[in-house]
Amino acid sequence: MAKSILVVEDEPNIVLSLQFLMKQAGFEVRVARDGEEALREVEDKAPDLILLDVMIPKRDGYDVCQTIRANPDWREIYIIMLTAKGRDVDRDKGLSLGANDYVTKPFSTRDLTEKVKHILSGAG
Amino acid sequence: MIAGWFLVATSLAYLSLLFAIAYWADRRADAGRSVIANPYIYALSIGVYATAWTFYGSVGRAASTGLGFLPVYIGPTLMFVLGWIVLLKMIRISKVHRITTIADFISSRYGKSHLLGGLVTIMAVIGMVPYIALQLKAVSTSFNVLLHYPHVTAEGPSGFAVIGDTALWVAILMAAFAILFGTRHIDATEHHEGMVAAIAFESVVKLIAFLSVGLFVTYGMFDGFGDLFSRAAEVPEMRELMTTAALDADWLALTFLSMTAIICLTRQFQVIVVENVHERHLIKAMWLLPLYLLLINIFVLPIAFGGLLRFPDGSVDADTFVLALPMAEQYPGLALFAFIGGLSAATGMVIVATVAISTMICNDLVMPGLLRFAWLHLSERRDLSGLLLNIRRGAIGLILLLGYLYFLLIGEAYALVAIGLVSFAAAAQWAPALIIGMYWKTASRRGALAGISAGFLIWTYTLLLPSFARSGYLPEGFIEFGPFGIELLKPYALFGLEGLNSISHSLFWSLLANVGLYVGVSLLDRQSTIERLQATLFVDVFRQGGADTATMYGTVSATDLRDVAERFLGREHTEEAFAEYARLRGRALDLNANADGDLVQFVERRLAGAIGAASARVMIGSTVKGEGVSVDAIMQILDETSQVLKYSRQLEQKSWELELATSELKAANKRLTELDHLKDDFLSTVTHELRTPLTSIRSFSEILHDTPDLDVAERQHFLSIVIRESERLTRLINQVLDLTKIETGRMDWQMSDVDVRDVINHAVTALKQLFDEKGIGLEVNLPADLPPVRGDRDQLIQLAINLLSNAEKFCPEGKGRVVVDLAPGNRFLTVSIADNGPGIPEDQQQLIFEKFHQVRGGNTGNPMGSGLGLAICRGIVEHLGGRIWVRSRPGHGATFYFTVPFAHS
Repeated sequence: MAKSILVVEDEPNIVLSLQFLMKQAGFEVRVARDGEEALREVEDKAPDLILLDVMIPKRDGYDVCQTIRANPDWREIYIIMLTAKGRDVDRDKGLSLGANDYVTKPFSTRDLTEKVKHILSGAG
Repeated sequence: MIAGWFLVATSLAYLSLLFAIAYWADRRADAGRSVIANPYIYALSIGVYATAWTFYGSVGRAASTGLGFLPVYIGPTLMFVLGWIVLLKMIRISKVHRITTIADFISSRYGKSHLLGGLVTIMAVIGMVPYIALQLKAVSTSFNVLLHYPHVTAEGPSGFAVIGDTALWVAILMAAFAILFGTRHIDATEHHEGMVAAIAFESVVKLIAFLSVGLFVTYGMFDGFGDLFSRAAEVPEMRELMTTAALDADWLALTFLSMTAIICLTRQFQVIVVENVHERHLIKAMWLLPLYLLLINIFVLPIAFGGLLRFPDGSVDADTFVLALPMAEQYPGLALFAFIGGLSAATGMVIVATVAISTMICNDLVMPGLLRFAWLHLSERRDLSGLLLNIRRGAIGLILLLGYLYFLLIGEAYALVAIGLVSFAAAAQWAPALIIGMYWKTASRRGALAGISAGFLIWTYTLLLPSFARSGYLPEGFIEFGPFGIELLKPYALFGLEGLNSISHSLFWSLLANVGLYVGVSLLDRQSTIERLQATLFVDVFRQGGADTATMYGTVSATDLRDVAERFLGREHTEEAFAEYARLRGRALDLNANADGDLVQFVERRLAGAIGAASARVMIGSTVKGEGVSVDAIMQILDETSQVLKYSRQLEQKSWELELATSELKAANKRLTELDHLKDDFLSTVTHELRTPLTSIRSFSEILHDTPDLDVAERQHFLSIVIRESERLTRLINQVLDLTKIETGRMDWQMSDVDVRDVINHAVTALKQLFDEKGIGLEVNLPADLPPVRGDRDQLIQLAINLLSNAEKFCPEGKGRVVVDLAPGNRFLTVSIADNGPGIPEDQQQLIFEKFHQVRGGNTGNPMGSGLGLAICRGIVEHLGGRIWVRSRPGHGATFYFTVPFAHS
């Protein structure tokens, strides 16, 4: 069964590119455009991995990350934070809130794909 | 006609009553129950201002000039009501420094100068002798009137000897009184209780006497004021007197002269300043004295008119109306009372004046001479207090003798008022040094000397010498043609100044020279240390709380000091004084120990009370052994104190400035931190906004690069995304640069008169295609006639494009509608751009103009704005002097408004 990925991102073009990349790599992809939608999706069916943008409407990425980590059922979900903010504090904040990894925009599509493939193959 | 013996007996009886009152008051004072420590007695004693000159002369003056008699009373009223603060300062200074006379005051202020004290004393004698003569003349004339009525004319038929003898007897009696009650104590600063009580009583007597005659004339001879005045008005010459014709420059000059006289005349200084018991009495006197003067003047005009009506032929001298009217009406009793009133006025003035001047002569003329030339002789004498008293007694006798002689030789030439005013003008010469010296520290001894001397010389030349000339002791031509026929030097028209009466003329020149030299010389002069010291002590008297640090000398034993004091004060007074000192300090005096500065100062003050400030200084100075602390040292201490004060003020100022600077610094720091945060936030946000399109561009470029087998449609789609995101990136970079330029003021504004219709058309043309593509209706309403606005055309176009594209962005596709309206106002043109998009929540309506604030839709699929467009719009509008805002109801679209000023508003 294909691993599932939730893309949480509000920039339509970035969503499009991530969707394309993940599907190309053979994963099942769902999309959420804001924090609330993301949590609904997780509740609906927990994904194996979340590509979580920080700057999203309604509830931001940190909030979503924290909420997911608060639920023991979702401990296994691998969270990769995506952010256009490149400061150390932003990264540290994400990691301390329970994210597993942190990727700064713009990112290398190849690296990101490899990373996701590696994680999901290892975990599976 | 009243019998001579009866007249003499009555006068003597009255004078005896005065003696009794004075004696009684002195006894009460000795028993510690002072009668003069009372504001009413104080005010009444100041009433000594109203002399025989007032009593008889005012009527005479009113009879010839109408209201011309008034300035002499308005002046003192003004001084008391308006100038009481000056009087208060004078009293305070005098109490602190134990000032005994006006000569002492001036000498003390200018460095305890013997020369100034002597000068003032000589002037006082010369100026006051005619005035005393005037009183003697008044008494003898009035005596004569009663004795010989109705055979009295202005000249008088009686023998010269009779008048002369009367005056002589009056003079002798007055001298006796002054000696008995004016020279009891050696310490002149102790109050002359008996004398003050007697003159206060006299003030009451003369007031009642004058009011009685006034009432008699007004209501006895006529039917009240109305009747009297209407009958007077029937006579043309008298109607003339009722006008205000007398209120000219001379009138003002006399008012001014009288203002100075009330404090400068020696007797006024004596009663107001020296005899003052409590400063608070002055506050009551402020209105009591003016009231007294008002009462004593109410009947001046009625008596003058009554006299003129009663004696229309001019057979009776107007100066004697007060007596002549009751006599003519067969009321000799009333006439006698009036005579007593006049006698009161005369004796009061003479007694106070002679006591004051005798003190001046003793302390400022004789003592300095004795100290200088006969020091050795004096030092042999154990007790000098008796000598001092005898000098004063002698001086009293001498002054009255001089007055009598002046009266005999010259007094006949002048009307009463003229002599009085000559005296006033002499005293006025002290006013600048006296009054300005209390407020201006720079005023120097030499300045005061120069000013007073010059004023005195001019007074002598323009008033005194002419009075001799008029009496025949100088050739008449002196007045007519000037000395040696030099017209410019005519004493009544000096340097061609004509049109003023002789008093105003003299006053003008003498005070001009006086003040001019006083100020001029003082400014050029360098004060000695003692002058600076005294100037400081006088000017700052209210700051010193009654004490000062003026005197400090080297070593002198308390015994030596006591010996000096004893010589001048007498053993009894000295022991009292030392006991008082010990009591005040709360410790017994060790007579063998060295005296401290405090005791030295105490003794000097006591001595000053007896022999004047200048002489006391010499005495103490010569008693102190060794080097002593010089006045320079004292001055230095004072200077240091003032420097410390100044320094501490500077410190205060500095610390305040520092505080201010600190808080400013804090604010700046805070602002900097804020700015730093803002900059940080800005950079972070800009980075974020730049990375977002960059992310799409990189991702799709890599996808296109790594996926060669992408189908054409998808490839085309991805490529178009790359192009659009690149455009977005470019736009963003431009906007960041624009905003930075606007915010940092580096934008190159091309200001000109701009037609906004043109601007709107330009923007509409640029966006036309976009609107058409999205199917948005655009309605532009431009008025046919529109004045130009002032602005930058390109920036205005940018503004319009930003707002229009904003509107376009939020309009629903297909059924969007945007309306542009122009509303010309008074000074501003308002442009509105309305859309029918989703609208903006109220809490966002302010925030959208902030940098990077976006109302994120997230459902349109369009890339949202950079978040800089509206911030740039606001930057442009505000730079042009306008305002930008939005009105919106969510769900009903939004309307953006901005204003620009008209070019010619």
